[in-house]
Amino acid sequence: MTDNTPAFERSATGFAGLWRGVPWSSLAIVGPFVLLFAVLSIASPSFLTPLNLTNLLDRQSGILIIAAASTLVLIAGGIDLSVGATYMLASVVCAHFVLTSGTWVGVIAALAAGLIIGLLNGVISTYLRVSPLIATLAMSFIISGATMLVQQGRLLNLTSADYDDFKAIAQTRFIGLPASVWIAVIVIVVLAVVLARTTGGRYIYAAGGNAEAARLAGIRVNLTQIATFAVTGVAAAIAGILDTARTSGVPTTSAVATTITFTVLAGIVVGGTSIFGGEGAVWRTVIGVLFIALIYNGFNLLRIDPLFQQIALGTILLVAVGVDAWSRARKR
Amino acid sequence: MPVEIVDADPAQLRVELRGIGKHFGGTPVLSDIDLVIEPGSVHGLVGENGAGKSTLSKIIAGLLVANEGTLLIDGKEVSFRSPREALGHGIATIAQELALVPALTVAENVFLGTEPRRAGFVRRRRLRARFLALARETGFELDPDAVVGGLRTADQQKVEILRALARGASFIIMDEPTAALSGHDAERLHGVVRQLADSGRTVLLISHFLSEVLDLCDTVTILRDGRLIRTAPAAEETEATLIEGMLGRSLGSVFPDKSPAEPDTDEVLRVADLVAPGVNGVSFTVRAGEIVGLAGLIGAGRSEIAHAIYGAARRSSGSVEMAGASTSRGSIASAQRGGMFLIPESRKEQGLLPQRAVRENVTLSDLARIARLSWVRRRAERGHVRDMLERVTVQGDARRTVSSLSGGNQQKVLFARALQRPRRLLIADEPTRGVDVGSRRAIYDLISARAKEGIGVLVISSDVEEVIGLAHRVLVVRGGRIVDELTGDRMTEQNVLHAAFTEAIPVHPTPPSEDA
Repeated sequence: MTDNTPAFERSATGFAGLWRGVPWSSLAIVGPFVLLFAVLSIASPSFLTPLNLTNLLDRQSGILIIAAASTLVLIAGGIDLSVGATYMLASVVCAHFVLTSGTWVGVIAALAAGLIIGLLNGVISTYLRVSPLIATLAMSFIISGATMLVQQGRLLNLTSADYDDFKAIAQTRFIGLPASVWIAVIVIVVLAVVLARTTGGRYIYAAGGNAEAARLAGIRVNLTQIATFAVTGVAAAIAGILDTARTSGVPTTSAVATTITFTVLAGIVVGGTSIFGGEGAVWRTVIGVLFIALIYNGFNLLRIDPLFQQIALGTILLVAVGVDAWSRARKR
Repeated sequence: MPVEIVDADPAQLRVELRGIGKHFGGTPVLSDIDLVIEPGSVHGLVGENGAGKSTLSKIIAGLLVANEGTLLIDGKEVSFRSPREALGHGIATIAQELALVPALTVAENVFLGTEPRRAGFVRRRRLRARFLALARETGFELDPDAVVGGLRTADQQKVEILRALARGASFIIMDEPTAALSGHDAERLHGVVRQLADSGRTVLLISHFLSEVLDLCDTVTILRDGRLIRTAPAAEETEATLIEGMLGRSLGSVFPDKSPAEPDTDEVLRVADLVAPGVNGVSFTVRAGEIVGLAGLIGAGRSEIAHAIYGAARRSSGSVEMAGASTSRGSIASAQRGGMFLIPESRKEQGLLPQRAVRENVTLSDLARIARLSWVRRRAERGHVRDMLERVTVQGDARRTVSSLSGGNQQKVLFARALQRPRRLLIADEPTRGVDVGSRRAIYDLISARAKEGIGVLVISSDVEEVIGLAHRVLVVRGGRIVDELTGDRMTEQNVLHAAFTEAIPVHPTPPSEDA
């Protein structure tokens, strides 16, 4: 199968054409990722160890799941700023019902909450014509309020062995890796395949690439976009459930929601998916998220002041968005 | 650029073109234009769509640079590299799409960027006084404190004109200023044009409304195919002489032979009393194997009719039947199920996914054909796309992004999309806009081949020659209505233009909202 060979390699003529044809934004992240990985492997003896890498993946599993789904939203021309809040709500709802009604009630209640929020986000930002930026920002406040209503100030502690069944969802190990990582892998592969190989994936690219053309071609653009929001709501819920099971508790501060939302968006953008829609891929998001995780991990291992993590992340984000805008401007 | 506020009599500009020529990528759009526009006059510019009127006005306005010839202002040779430089010489364009700030007041818009100010603060009283002086001089009645967003389009155009005048313009180019106006507002704008001329300014008026041109202008220039046919005093012209001057090309052999449509085939499309945004009660039918042309001026409502039939715009009343079965309103899916397909007017905005591969663009509307349980079968897609591209004569790699193709090939990709499965009715809106001559012939062949297969085709085009060359029957649209139906010997450019140009301004039964 030669389909994945980018078209520019054949259509461009001469060196100048080749140079211009290189999709810099898609290669942009792979090089730095490999470089960073190599540098960290050399600089820190504790980096390239099974323990460190497993922990790293385990901690990123939730973010990876949310980011993979949010990639679909962005490609379809939307944006979801409520993923962090949805994650929090799912975590609290899950913990609440696990404590009161049992493991599976908790899991299903959390998934349902995520699905409902995703559908609401989708309907508001399509049929009700509210900009998804504003719609999901407003939703995130509503969700945070709802989370507090469910939580009622309780700690929702699941450390007791009574809840081992629930915690096994994330903590059981297969082939050396915790279940949370495996679940993340499954979600990522499913979403990547849906996007790359199914009719729905094509419609997602079409909706974000040229909504009017897609509509006139007979594609139901609104439904496509709503579906991406719904998938993202469910993904945020899965992440919330997994992290609750992994850490035996719920996040203690709502700042976690904001951090998650922005880490997800940063990962997607650093990976090279366009914030303007119509372009991008799940695998890129995975590399983008892991790239950011490597930076944090590296800073910790090398004992660099955490202050610089933020500065580094901000700089990388600006460069990533800049490369995207710049490469688009040149295409015009 | 220093901007002076002209309070005294405006400088009178004598604009002269000598041997002006312009081509876009080898296609000549203007050649050898000699024209003098006398100061203080209203000068009309008429011609068919694509005759070169807009190009000519853009050269004068500094938006385009001529490839040949010279532009003289008051006898001095100039060459504008930007509209700013043209404005520096006193030339301004009032575009169809107005560039005003809706939330600011009339006076603020007029002096935007040139507000009288002190230490960063706008001197409001001074601003007002200047505005009133300017308004008095031109005779425009406008409330300086009214918010522009709430004004009627005609008044917004006045604001735009005042802004040009405030920057010292004395030569105003107006491109189709009344196209978007209702009858009453058009009358008001006519008054504005006269006031401008009375105050010593020069107006270059481009208009499709011949009666308007004859009423307002002192002199009229006719363009055809990028050539200047004649310049004459408006008093010596009539609508008939203008139309005669505007046409006159021979129908070349660019068009495929027109085999007569089978006389008694079934109706594939029946439209009855269709009312939708921009469509004011349209009824017609298309039979199998018949090519029906929708002619008319830009903005006459042709594309709106197509969109309402296709379900892309919601119809408020009337019916659309495909082979006897009615389609549900506002549903493209329903129209497609009935066997209809639309190739939209604008490839870039409405047709293609520019960042995606040719292949994905071809299969977009009928992915289900090559998918099993939502899974896109790539091998099937490859073969299918290869066949389709062969039929529409597009060569090369289907993995290229579609935006790397020429305009003609992009259009053919849309035809490939349309041909993916058997249709009953194909609507092609401006099928050859921005398409080179070679591809044009190929596209004509595609259209006529579809008709021979028994598909009904509705061709919308601003190129009258094209409509007549292709269609078995021509419907002329004006003001969202079909005003004439031409068949057989009556299908001449003369008759099409007559129908398309009659009446000064279309009167709508329900006036379109101005504030939208």
